[in-house]
Amino acid sequence: MKPLKHNRCTMGCHGSCCLRVDNLSVTMGSDQILEQVSFHMHCGELIALIGPNGAGKSSLFRSILGQMPYTGSIQFQAAAGNRMNARIGYVPQSPSFDASDPVSVLDLFVASISSWPVFLPIPNALRTQVGDSLKRVNGSDLIDKPVGALSGGELQRVLLAMALEPVPNILILDEPTSGVDIDGERQLLTLLDDIRTRYDLSILLSTHDLSTLHLVDKVILLKQRILKIGPPKEVLASPEFHSLFLRPFQKGGEAL
Amino acid sequence: MSIWYQLVDLLPFQWAKPDSMLFMKNALLAVLIISPLFGLLSTMVVENRMAFFSDALGHSAFTGIAIGTLCGFIDATWSAVLLAVVFALLFTWVQRKTRMASDTIIGVFASTAIALGIFISTLGGHSFAKFNSLLIGDILSVSPGKIAILAIILGLVLILWIVRLNQLTLAAVHPVLADSRGIHIGLLESLFNCAIAVVVTLSLSWVGLLVINSLLVLPGAGARNIAKNMRQYTLFSLLGAIISGIAGLMISFYVGTSTGASITLCLAVFFGITFYLRRT
Repeated sequence: MKPLKHNRCTMGCHGSCCLRVDNLSVTMGSDQILEQVSFHMHCGELIALIGPNGAGKSSLFRSILGQMPYTGSIQFQAAAGNRMNARIGYVPQSPSFDASDPVSVLDLFVASISSWPVFLPIPNALRTQVGDSLKRVNGSDLIDKPVGALSGGELQRVLLAMALEPVPNILILDEPTSGVDIDGERQLLTLLDDIRTRYDLSILLSTHDLSTLHLVDKVILLKQRILKIGPPKEVLASPEFHSLFLRPFQKGGEAL
Repeated sequence: MSIWYQLVDLLPFQWAKPDSMLFMKNALLAVLIISPLFGLLSTMVVENRMAFFSDALGHSAFTGIAIGTLCGFIDATWSAVLLAVVFALLFTWVQRKTRMASDTIIGVFASTAIALGIFISTLGGHSFAKFNSLLIGDILSVSPGKIAILAIILGLVLILWIVRLNQLTLAAVHPVLADSRGIHIGLLESLFNCAIAVVVTLSLSWVGLLVINSLLVLPGAGARNIAKNMRQYTLFSLLGAIISGIAGLMISFYVGTSTGASITLCLAVFFGITFYLRRT
């Protein structure tokens, strides 16, 4: 997986920036959630965020989404070089539905991409549009299923298709592989790789699943601060990674 | 109203004869307006897991009526509506500000509201008896003026549904996702909760405090048993509410029981039938 390169960068980083986070700090009450987090993300890059629970992964996402007050700066830059308000696609951690939830995939989709009220019969044009969106994630057959009946992997693909409508500049996925079986996981990662090259977008995902890290371009090891950042091999071999994840008498992938 | 009376006169019932039993005709019209109101609201009350929340709102409506009576208003309804709306907003705000489980917060608010209501209504050694009618409700006491107000509110809720149902659905499924799509969740929740507060307060004296919450829970709960998408969900909830409303009114008329309780029992039967037919 090679990062795509663009020229004419004005934000002073090497190569091409799509997202630039500088000295990001978040405090909640008296708790310091994030401290001086800085990193750059290039177009077409796939970055994984790892760290124990409570390390601040979700807070970092919510800061980028503009849902949380922070200090420091978060900037976006288009391929052409000018700053912009980036469109961010967000795939939340799989919500749990009760099995009787009557919201269908079509309902969920229409509710988020159009203003057509979902309690009225849905026009064919809208249905076709949703079908096309679902095709991107190999999910055309899911359109009439109630969301409560979807498997973890199916739900992730539906949420991904929603995040791609309209196509964003940056795609953020919160624990996309939790609750997804091995097949679903492989399918999802292949899909993500395909999507980022097809649409030229950057992907930032958090994961507890260390076995998939070799597929990403860069790994950020986060625990309040960035402990280590770099190519997967480098991070996985670092002492910081070892002390967090591989110390004896601690649980493995699901550390802390 | 006269058009309505002429229409009802066509029905083959004893009470439908021209120029007789106007209270029953008023009640039928009232049921035809409040049951779709509750049917609609019910879908989102259940989807948002607010079954107990709406119960607490009912209690605050009672408090409002007690305060209104204390202040000497002849018609305490408007003070009750005002108080229920304030209560709903405060409630929404506290719920967003705390990390406490929502059932705990609801418990705090519901018991405070009902205690305040009883405290005020018995202030100065008064008997609670004059409020007894609020507990059971009396739909035959309904006046054409109130029916008109509720018809307007039904129209407003329909508009809310057309403009905001999508956002309500998305916010119920995943608040953070909804937020990332630019939905202002606090505002949306406040709007919806105020709608419930107003509807509950205005219909409280007809349906009765003890059973009003069932009207906000049972239609949606029953519809969920068999609905596969939002259109079916809304349709079944509406049908269940309207059919149970009419059937309950008829039963209460011929058997001489409380209308609110009769409607609730019909809704329970609706839930039983859909439970038997459920899709999963």
